[in-house]
Order: sequence, then structure tokens, then C-alpha cells
Amino acid sequence: MGFGEVYDFVPGKTAWLAMGWPREGTAAAVPNAGEIARRGTPTCALEDRVGEVREDVQAVGRHVCIVVNAAGIVEGRLRGRALEEIPDATAEEAMEVGPTTIRPNEPLEPLVERMHRRRVATIIVSDLKGRLVGILYREDAEAALERARSSNS
Amino acid sequence: MPLEIEVDEIRELLDRGAQLVDVLPSAEYEEEHLAGAINIPLKEMTEEAVARLDRERAVIVYCCDYL
Repeated sequence: MGFGEVYDFVPGKTAWLAMGWPREGTAAAVPNAGEIARRGTPTCALEDRVGEVREDVQAVGRHVCIVVNAAGIVEGRLRGRALEEIPDATAEEAMEVGPTTIRPNEPLEPLVERMHRRRVATIIVSDLKGRLVGILYREDAEAALERARSSNS
Repeated sequence: MPLEIEVDEIRELLDRGAQLVDVLPSAEYEEEHLAGAINIPLKEMTEEAVARLDRERAVIVYCCDYL
């Protein structure tokens, strides 16, 4: 049809949304996991010392640190006792390996139900490549769903 | 034939002014589409339908996913 430069984005809409990139349409009236995940979660490298990580985490008033590799991919999580004990250990030695993560395009309603059933207050949101997007708090998801219901009624 | 691109390449093309075209049926487009995309369903891909695209700028088409 006379166009010089035409590309086919083969991974498609699913991949775009799983990267947490912007969307439009009627479905966008209800936020997805990526859109309400809290940003600014402290991160550290596998080789960082737990003692230093704890100081950095406390300095920003947070209680968790996500361990990422050189490519920014989520490898583990440091929180609670792991963050308090053995300051000379590396993050890799002390972390929870391979924590559960969800994609940004995860719909909120079934997610909240699952989190409620499993008594989970927070969950890591990572993009299609496994890089940290943020932390989703169940209370934020519940509030977002309530707002969406209120605006529809 | 369009050149296939992956996730790593699309944002750069868009930053350079590429036009995004959603070829899914209209109902799916209305429900959810990539921000800034226009809808030209594959079954309606005619000369007339694409006339609104700028021939001087790259065009990126997309569907649902790999399948």
C-alpha cells in the first residue's frame, strides 16, 4: 500500500501490557497491578552486605529490599529477620530466593481474592523481562477496586 | 513484508515518530489498546482505511500476541 517502513510488533498487546506500558480503552478505567504498584522500593545487588542494605532501607523508612542482578532482574527479597541478622552476609546469602511476582497487566479483582485467601499483604510486580516495577499492596488494590465500583454505580 | 520487531525495539521506533496500528477487531480495540494506537481491523485494511496514516512515518502494526 505504498508505505516504506512497516513493522510487525510480533509479541503484541499482551507483551506491551506485561511490560507495564500505557494503555487506553474502557478497561483502563480499572487500574491493573502495574498502575497501582508503589514505586521507589529499595533495591540492592546480590553482592551487597546485609548490614549496609539495612541502613539504606531504614533511611527511606521502608522494611523490604528487592535483590536484583546486573540486568535489574528480580532475584530475591530481603525483609524481616533476613534484613536484621548477619550483617556481614551478602544479599544473595540472606535473601528469599525467587519470590512470587506478578506482571503489571494482572487484573486486580482475582488477584485481591488470591492475596486475601493466602493472607498476603504485598506482592512484587515485575515486567515481562523480570525487572522490578514496584510493590503492590493489597490495601491499595482493594481501594482501587472500590473506587472503580463507586464510579460505575 | 513487514519487518518483525520485539519488545526491545518498539519504544525507540515510537520515540522516532512511528505510528501504531491495532489490527484487532474494533470491540477489542475499544476495550483495551496500546496508548496512542489507532484501529484498522485486519479485515478492513483497505487503501481508504490506511489513507489517514502518514506515509512519511514508520508504521507499527500489532495484534494480540505471538499466537
